Amino acid sequence: MATNILMPALSPTMEEGTLAKWMIKEGDEVRSGDVIAEIETDKATMEVEAVDEGKVAKIVIPAGTENVKVNTVIAVLAGEGESTTDVQAPKAPTATAPKTGPGQGEATSRESGEKTKAEPETPRIEVKGDPDIPAGTEFVSQTVREALRDAMAEEMRRDASVFVMGVEVAQYQGAYKVTQGLLEEFGATRVVDTPITEHGFAGLGVGAAFAGLRPIVEFMTFNFAMQAMDQIINSAAKTRYMSGGQMGAPIVFRGPNGPAARVAAQHSQDYSSWYAHIPGLTVIAPYSAADAKGLLKAAIRDPNPVIFLENEILYGKSFDVPKLDDYVLPIGKARVLKEGTDVTLVSHSHGLTYCLDAAAKLEADGINAEIIDLRTIRPLDIDTIIASVKKTNRLVTVEETWPVCGIGAEIAAQVQAKAFDWLDAPILRVTQKDVPMPYAANLEKLTLPSADEVVEAVKAVCYRQGV
Amino acid sequence: MATKPKRPAKQADAKPALQKSTTSKKATKSDEPAGLSRDEDLKAYREMLLIRRFEEKAGQMYGMGLIGGFCHLYIGQEAVVVGLLGAARQGDQIVTGYRDHGHMLACGMDPKGVMAELTGRSGGYSKGKGGSMHMFSVEKCFYGGHGIVAAQVPIGTGLAFSNKYRGNDHVSLTFFGDGAANQGQVYESFNMAELWSLPVIYVIENNQYAMGTSVARASAQTNLSKRGVSFNIPGEQVDGMDVRAVRAAALKAMEWCRAGKGPYILEMMTYRYRGHSMSDPAKYRAKEEVNKMRQEHDPIEQVRHRLLDAGMSEDELKDIDKDIRAIINEAAEFAQQSPEPDPAELWTDVLAKEDHAAVGA
Ligand SMILES: Cc1ncc(C[n+]2csc(CCOP(=O)(O)OP(=O)(O)O)c2C)c(N)n1
Ligand SMILES: [Mg+2]
Repeated sequence: MATNILMPALSPTMEEGTLAKWMIKEGDEVRSGDVIAEIETDKATMEVEAVDEGKVAKIVIPAGTENVKVNTVIAVLAGEGESTTDVQAPKAPTATAPKTGPGQGEATSRESGEKTKAEPETPRIEVKGDPDIPAGTEFVSQTVREALRDAMAEEMRRDASVFVMGVEVAQYQGAYKVTQGLLEEFGATRVVDTPITEHGFAGLGVGAAFAGLRPIVEFMTFNFAMQAMDQIINSAAKTRYMSGGQMGAPIVFRGPNGPAARVAAQHSQDYSSWYAHIPGLTVIAPYSAADAKGLLKAAIRDPNPVIFLENEILYGKSFDVPKLDDYVLPIGKARVLKEGTDVTLVSHSHGLTYCLDAAAKLEADGINAEIIDLRTIRPLDIDTIIASVKKTNRLVTVEETWPVCGIGAEIAAQVQAKAFDWLDAPILRVTQKDVPMPYAANLEKLTLPSADEVVEAVKAVCYRQGV
Repeated sequence: MATKPKRPAKQADAKPALQKSTTSKKATKSDEPAGLSRDEDLKAYREMLLIRRFEEKAGQMYGMGLIGGFCHLYIGQEAVVVGLLGAARQGDQIVTGYRDHGHMLACGMDPKGVMAELTGRSGGYSKGKGGSMHMFSVEKCFYGGHGIVAAQVPIGTGLAFSNKYRGNDHVSLTFFGDGAANQGQVYESFNMAELWSLPVIYVIENNQYAMGTSVARASAQTNLSKRGVSFNIPGEQVDGMDVRAVRAAALKAMEWCRAGKGPYILEMMTYRYRGHSMSDPAKYRAKEEVNKMRQEHDPIEQVRHRLLDAGMSEDELKDIDKDIRAIINEAAEFAQQSPEPDPAELWTDVLAKEDHAAVGA
């Protein structure tokens, strides 16, 4: 029986690629494990190995073909005892590949940091201009990944005591390519590849910060920062207090946080509320590229330990970033992304994507939602939230954290204490379900918040259920 | 399909017949490891081939979008786990990291259940909740499948603690990588294991890279078998591409552990042919380096040549390959047919609700 060789996906989100080179020709005998072709995506060139054995009957897609869709038949192997001329040209691909993920555009880009072409759709909701950006400023479109890299590069140029350290940050250019190009510009003294010893290098970073350096410690993901928790909390967060203000740790711990796609319980978790719990830490979790840049620069300059929570799924998303020589944002200020009159939605980081989608759906139903991007989680900009609640009288919080003792719980406690008389409905929370992250595609989807859940919560607080 | 009389009828999902350490041959000088009988070679050949074909299939299914997330293939390292488990006894525990498919197959776990976990279906070992990195089998004494680098090392030490506590003579086989060997908890474990003479074999699978970082770029002492020196734990480097050498070293280490002498370190010199995970283009090493390993040291080819030299025919070996392909195809089919988990499964298994038997009691 003839065997079709299909165009493989090299990451769960790859949809097409270039068939760069064939290493075999018709008539060749291939054995499993032989490299048969090279495929290019926009980020990497990958080799394709044969799985099945046989004689190459046909090369269906010639070398150099661009935009070859995943699962297209690219070649055909003749089965044993079959002559290569017996083999028919293939029909349409048979494999159906469920493209799964938490439902966002760029799903997890894997540890290689390979970026895919599938960018998330721009939200259909008009996002309000940032009042911190002077009128008349020019903008450039940048991904969150690029904005973060630029923030680090600018601060490293500005201050020789700033250095970056972490697993695969230098030669590999970052597991998610956030530190791309930094080794080349700043050299191995300032861009340091570490062994896989999170507790050790986080503590080493704290010591270096005590001595006056300004470390940026990258965790490949925040899941691995749990290894370093003691140094982050006991050493970095508490020393200024314990020393009576004598010394502290000007250090940034950064990396991707929150659910990624299909990587299961130990690699997919939002830690914002963990760090937000700790006095002595500043916790930042931006959504847009402009905020990522302005706040990371502020974090690097801040004299206190800052937890800077990025999001893998947002890395490849593009936003307008102001073209300013030194764009630094104030820490601790939320931003109204969209003004509205009927309900306040508060969220951070990737949670905003649900809010923006929900707001578009709600608009169709005649509900005008105000959306607040917290940007900084600790200190919490409660004033901006209260001002909004006084206007809308309704509040729904949205986060990818678990509900128990989450960010929404804290906001609800403060709002009921400070604006009880303005509330026309109970405060509702939309969160990740209270279970570890499952691997199965269908369960993963159920676990995460969704725009529909936000819509449902909003209708509940507006007493518009069933409408 | 004609059946060959000499081929063992054993199915891959049956537990491999486990070796008694009393039949152990003494490990000889490192370059000429104790030979395996033809039957032993044949068994190792089948088991390694099963892993190789399984992993190739998993890679292909990942390419088709049927497997998501991280998928770390074991291709090239087959001799390590097959040699180690060839020397193990029923009841010995196994624990490893995320590059775990080979370990599960070598433990005798069903390829169908493993593949169905990779596709996230209800027929998988974790009902689809764990995925590639997180599978477990109480029956086969396989304790996972761990995603955090080196977390399995104290866990494996704890399994050994339970053996000592209960007074049985089981040994814990604790596998981890060269990159994991730099984590602090490894040394905390070494200290306790030696202090309390725990029966654990630390198997360091040195495949020379941790993602894109070579051993020399991450380790002050690159001879990882010496990492136990200051704790007085004996260690040795072993040719992890030669299943005979692995098995001989394993038997020796098992004897040491079962005699109550405490832990043992085996540094397996091995190599992964594929990238770290499916989307790693592996630009940090030369193609020639990979090709040289494949051509000159392939663990399966080594045994194949021995079997041919011992008088087996190409046809007999081809039949084995056919057999294994059939098992793998059946597993792949099962993994696609098995339904997704029921939505109600989202809420189950967070806590134990019923009385449950203590694992490994
Ligand atoms: C604590 C922790 N840090 C980082 C990672 C990300 N990571 C996953 S595998 C890996 C490399 C490990 O290499 P090694 O121990 O040599 O095992 P191999 O992959 O070669 O089998 C890294 C850095 C992780 N999973 N856990
Ligand atoms: Mg390694």
